[in-house]
Amino acid sequence: MLKKSLLLSLMTFGLTACGGGDIKPDSIKSEVPASTESRDQIKIVGSSTVYPFATTVAENFGRSTSFKTPIVESTGSGGGLKLFCSGLGDNHPDITNASRRIKASEVERCAENEIFDIVEVKVGYDGIVMANSRKSNQMNLSLKDVFLALAKDVPDGSGGLKPNSYKTWNDVNPALSTNKIEVMGPPPTSGTRDAFVELAMEGGCKTFDWIKALKKTDKKAYKSLCHTIREDEHFIEAGENDNLIVQKLNANPNALGIFGFSFLEQNADSVQGSTIDAMPPTFENIAEGSYPVSRSLYFYVKKDNVNKIPGIYEYLAEFMSDRASGPDGYLAEKGLIPMNLDEHSEWKASVLGLEPLMLN
Amino acid sequence: MPNYILSTSRLMAKRHAREKRFKWYGRIAIFISIAFLVFMFSAIIFRGASAFQQTKISLDINFSESILDPSSSRDPDLLKRANYKPIVVESLLSVIPEVTERRDRNRLYKLLSTGAVFDLSEKVADDPSILGKSKKVWLLASSEVDLFMKGKIDPNVSEDLRRLKDRDIEWIEILKSEGRIKKKFNKTLFTNGDSREPEMAGILGAAIGSFFSLLVCFLIAFPLGILTAVYLEEYAKKNFITDFIEVNINNLAAVPSIVFGLLGLSIFLNFFHLPRSTPLVGGIVLALMTLPTIIIASRSILRSIPQSIRDAALGLGASKTQTTFHHVVPLAMPGMLTGTILGMARALGETAPLLMIGMVAFIVDIPKGVTDVATSLPVQIFLWADSPEKGFVERTSAAIMVLLAFLILMNICAVYLRKRLERRW
Repeated sequence: MLKKSLLLSLMTFGLTACGGGDIKPDSIKSEVPASTESRDQIKIVGSSTVYPFATTVAENFGRSTSFKTPIVESTGSGGGLKLFCSGLGDNHPDITNASRRIKASEVERCAENEIFDIVEVKVGYDGIVMANSRKSNQMNLSLKDVFLALAKDVPDGSGGLKPNSYKTWNDVNPALSTNKIEVMGPPPTSGTRDAFVELAMEGGCKTFDWIKALKKTDKKAYKSLCHTIREDEHFIEAGENDNLIVQKLNANPNALGIFGFSFLEQNADSVQGSTIDAMPPTFENIAEGSYPVSRSLYFYVKKDNVNKIPGIYEYLAEFMSDRASGPDGYLAEKGLIPMNLDEHSEWKASVLGLEPLMLN
Repeated sequence: MPNYILSTSRLMAKRHAREKRFKWYGRIAIFISIAFLVFMFSAIIFRGASAFQQTKISLDINFSESILDPSSSRDPDLLKRANYKPIVVESLLSVIPEVTERRDRNRLYKLLSTGAVFDLSEKVADDPSILGKSKKVWLLASSEVDLFMKGKIDPNVSEDLRRLKDRDIEWIEILKSEGRIKKKFNKTLFTNGDSREPEMAGILGAAIGSFFSLLVCFLIAFPLGILTAVYLEEYAKKNFITDFIEVNINNLAAVPSIVFGLLGLSIFLNFFHLPRSTPLVGGIVLALMTLPTIIIASRSILRSIPQSIRDAALGLGASKTQTTFHHVVPLAMPGMLTGTILGMARALGETAPLLMIGMVAFIVDIPKGVTDVATSLPVQIFLWADSPEKGFVERTSAAIMVLLAFLILMNICAVYLRKRLERRW
């Protein structure tokens, strides 16, 4: 009898333990509001391009203040803005990083979820480079060359289009080398790819007058022509990992790779950036805006949360301080191209004044 | 010789040749797989071995009270926030006195990691009596200096292609000649959380995150899996419903792990509002993923227990439950544990489901519980592999080695349990 009751109690224990697994979410659910209402840690999501800079500031902020180090998730610009705009509560991020500006549709989405006041912060600039191994010669490309080499359809010279059949750089522009066109770039999910397509491909596309005219008459056709990259062996999608592209360039000296400036800077001993429209991708050229393939980096803050979550204002102050994003700040060492002094102090004033975003 | 013997011997020769060929195919297959394995391991070890050492610079630091604590308040908060840079620069200048310009001083200071001052502030916070004294301290060198000391920066490359300039190298040589710069065991790698600076980055945070996730995973998946397996195998009648369940368990075992991540995102995060990026949610998702593996392994173990044991127990008057829990389950336990450990080892290596629930994040603080935000070991590897800083290359491989060590350990446990405790009939 004793044994039986023991067994029974064991069984019930086992059953409750097993039930525990099932009911756990419910029991915790009731606790959650209590525990997250007092969230004392900033949550940041967004672009993988801004990630290295945001994490650097977050770490310095955590070490030099008594606030907790913010959590930075790398979700991509679009994914980050989606999370950011999904609600105002504690379970939603306070800040999202973006390697492009917020879109009007995203502002609307935010407003639907009662997020009205957003503070926009410009971080600085990032250049997208086309680089090859130092074992071969530096290439001098123009935006037009880039477009003709990589577009899916190219102008046939008589006002129409033909599928891209260029095989060597020489085919595109007689001044270029006879090497096969081999370009490794990021996949379409990447923000770097978006920016490359928008700045380099479209930039080269526009050099044809009739295509430029097409923009006014048929925007859709214009976009699909300028933004579509060829899908044959001449363009290789090399994944999101820029380090991998650098390694592949070392293995294949004839190939070109597309990646962010910070990777070029870290690997300057093995790869070299091609000049685009006669502009080499240097720190100065990108900062001045004379290198054509560069973009601005941003992050967005929920103004309502500044008073709720401790440390957001201090984080903004750290980010906008001269020692961080200023012209000689520590972010510049991490590969960020900082704004010049005037622009930086302008943004600093507007950010620290928490001026809400105005899209024009 | 009769004709038929000749013909069979020819057939025999053919048969023997076929056998021989097959044996060689097998040997070649094994050789190729071992070659792959050796190649992979040696590549990882070759790249990662240097990460277990870290360059440090020894300096005679004068913990000047007038700079660190001018008001003599000994307030730990103020001490932590004090400016340690001047005392570090001062001691650097005592070794390399010819540097006078402000710009060069800053360069000189950059030989050290930005984390060096945090180490100093911790030292002072631990023992304020050090103030006013002078002490020899080993400080973290910057990642560039570390790479140079490990021979990963070629000084013969033209200067403007290197981040470490000729002057820096001159200074390093001076430090070297005085025995002030040395490679030491990289303790930081095992005691720190993530960091943006390679020399300060460690895997402790990720390892603990993995531990908490696996703990939650085990607490949920083990009892659920065992009870399901025991019930299905020992109690349930064979009918349409149990067949249906069985098919579905097998299907579930083949579902790609990212799907479990999506499930976690939509159910645990969006519906139950569990905290994002925590080992609690990670563990639940991993538990869902390992459950089918545990159930299938446990069921096959239960099936291998001879019917005679059940019959003997029942014959002596034991009830069904007594038979199951006194005889069948104890005999099957080692095998069930083996299955569980193997399932958990797979869970330890997962990144995809964690991506969806926000565990792929930069987290510096070391988690203290299942509801603290955390990452896991494979996620840390993923994040480091994606970092532009060169110092992370070797650390990525080092983290892979640590992860592999854990996996091998878990597999050895499983093999040990099977060898020592399992009964064979």
